[in-house]
Amino acid sequence: MSRGGADTGLAAFWANIKGAPRLFADTMFRSGRPRTDRTRSEFIFGNVFLHLHPVRTHRWSLRWTTTWGLGIASLSAFLVTLVTGVMLMFYYKSYPEVAYDSIKDIHFVVPTGRFIRNIHRWAGNVMVVTVLLHMARVFYTAAYRKPREFNWVVGMFLLVITLGLAFTGYLLPWDQLAYWAITIGANIAQSPREVTDALEITRWFDPGGLQKVLLLGSEEVGAEALIRFYLLHVMILPLALFFLAAVHFWRVRKDGGLTRPEDVDLALPPAPGIQPVFTEEPRKTYHLAAIVRGTTPAVGNGPENTVPSMPHLMYAELAAFMLTVFVCMVLSLLFDAPLKELADPAVPENPAKAPWYFLGLQELVSFSAFMGGIGIPAIVVLGLGLIPYLDRETAGTGKWFGGPGGWRLVCGSAAFGLAAVLAVEALAIRFGWIREWWPGAPQLLITAVNPGTVLTSIYAAYSIWIVRRYGSTRAGALGLFTCFLCGFVVLTVIGSYFRGPNWDFFWSHTQWPGH
Amino acid sequence: MNERPSRLAPEPLPRRDFLGLAALWAAGAAMMFALLGLLRLPKAAVLPSPSKRFRVTLPESLGSGEPFVPAGRSVALFRDGAGVYAISTVCTHLGCIVKPMPDGFHCPCHGSRFAPDGSVVKGPAPRALPQLEVARAAAGTYVIDEGETVPAGTRAEA
Repeated sequence: MSRGGADTGLAAFWANIKGAPRLFADTMFRSGRPRTDRTRSEFIFGNVFLHLHPVRTHRWSLRWTTTWGLGIASLSAFLVTLVTGVMLMFYYKSYPEVAYDSIKDIHFVVPTGRFIRNIHRWAGNVMVVTVLLHMARVFYTAAYRKPREFNWVVGMFLLVITLGLAFTGYLLPWDQLAYWAITIGANIAQSPREVTDALEITRWFDPGGLQKVLLLGSEEVGAEALIRFYLLHVMILPLALFFLAAVHFWRVRKDGGLTRPEDVDLALPPAPGIQPVFTEEPRKTYHLAAIVRGTTPAVGNGPENTVPSMPHLMYAELAAFMLTVFVCMVLSLLFDAPLKELADPAVPENPAKAPWYFLGLQELVSFSAFMGGIGIPAIVVLGLGLIPYLDRETAGTGKWFGGPGGWRLVCGSAAFGLAAVLAVEALAIRFGWIREWWPGAPQLLITAVNPGTVLTSIYAAYSIWIVRRYGSTRAGALGLFTCFLCGFVVLTVIGSYFRGPNWDFFWSHTQWPGH
Repeated sequence: MNERPSRLAPEPLPRRDFLGLAALWAAGAAMMFALLGLLRLPKAAVLPSPSKRFRVTLPESLGSGEPFVPAGRSVALFRDGAGVYAISTVCTHLGCIVKPMPDGFHCPCHGSRFAPDGSVVKGPAPRALPQLEVARAAAGTYVIDEGETVPAGTRAEA
């Protein structure tokens, strides 16, 4: 071999080395970089993680006001808790003697540990908020209607699992806050005993006691309870959430993407400029198959007012993700996750408060445990699940506050809902409840007639009146959902800010008696 | 007519289909019973819980109607003219520990109030605080069993 040949061989080798990174980057995309509509499509459907997305997305779905990105925000918050949760598992020990110390280690000793724990906690809270808002969005845009009824039910399960994840995480630090919140939670699980005791059948039929033992693995909150809550928190519930979320997203896609109003093409402004469609590197040839009626030729427009998901949908989702992470980070930098004293089974925290999203329920529980803790929540979740099966109308689908009555009805219902919950609570706080009026009242009556029961009846009666007035189930649903939303918010605020030691009412935290 | 089944006159349920279905149902039933058995797993036959019986010596100075709470126990002991009795301090509402006060017991969690004999006065508690079994072991020393309730008004000899 001549010297010149060696030179060109070396030069080629050098060029190969220089080109290797670029070639490596190119090989990551099986069908080339997403530069044309064709390769953009392949970028989506050829990727195991992205192929849940449609290849093209309707322009309506990309407007912020369609969804406010709440579903993606929920998923993002979940991913953040997943990643930070795995990090916390490096140090967390799920045994009562050491659990509290390991959290303290994470907080004070482990580098970045405090930040990670804060993010985990805040992302969990953000997830609860975004999941609730996401549900409200889907409800108010009537996006649960045919063919999306089943996906709404899947969403209900996801909501319950999200709350379960948040609640099981509450015990793990094994501080006073955790211990007493779980004691109260476990006894709420046992509260069907209020009914069976009153009927004197607990000896033969005790679902309450069984629920508590299954939850705690013992009669008391101890090592068994901690390991059960840990297992639920890091394994069972995340797995359940993962599989149900996969079904949820798949159904969004298969049920035709996001809900759009019927007249969506008229409602949308014309596309800003011409979307590039089949403009670069065409690898297929098209011919005119039919003469289409209409005045505007479709040249230069995507089919059916859609745009390629890559980059449009991808970037929108990325923006929602980044915003969620940003919010979690800022909250974590500003506010530390709380950690009280080590759990003491002899001295309850006073006031012993559940996480904020359960404080509305705790407010009801403070009148009677079974109705407030199991009865009302069960009625609410069942009622929510039934919505798409009762409302089979079509008017207003895909529009905010769509349906008979619309925005005005929602405002009116909000006013009514607020007035009702404030009136019932004011009555209960000012004048007491049944036992104060009638000390000898039978226990079944006290159990059943909770302010929550009264409120639910008022709301139900109101929404039946709305159904009759508007001649529409959807109008009734709008009224009922809005009322319950107001009730939830008011009870949560009262539980959070106006309840102090002994669950007494205080106008301000500063009036709490010292103890 | 006992002809062999043909394509024109098939058996009502072909033998192969019958065997296949029988196998399928047998497998399904086996799985179901195995699963039903496994459902017992989350509830242990013996529940881990600390001993509910303990021994306590009442201080000589304990006055009538004055509560004595043994360290680490959710029980309040009282002495009166008739004898000694113990009242559980676990709230019957949601399991918080009630505080003995001059007028009875106050629950810090949801504001339940109990009379000195344990009966409900106010709040969401569904039942009276149970009175627990007390047995005299020696002079001034008693064995209390938190797992056994006795009717209100029962007294152990002082």
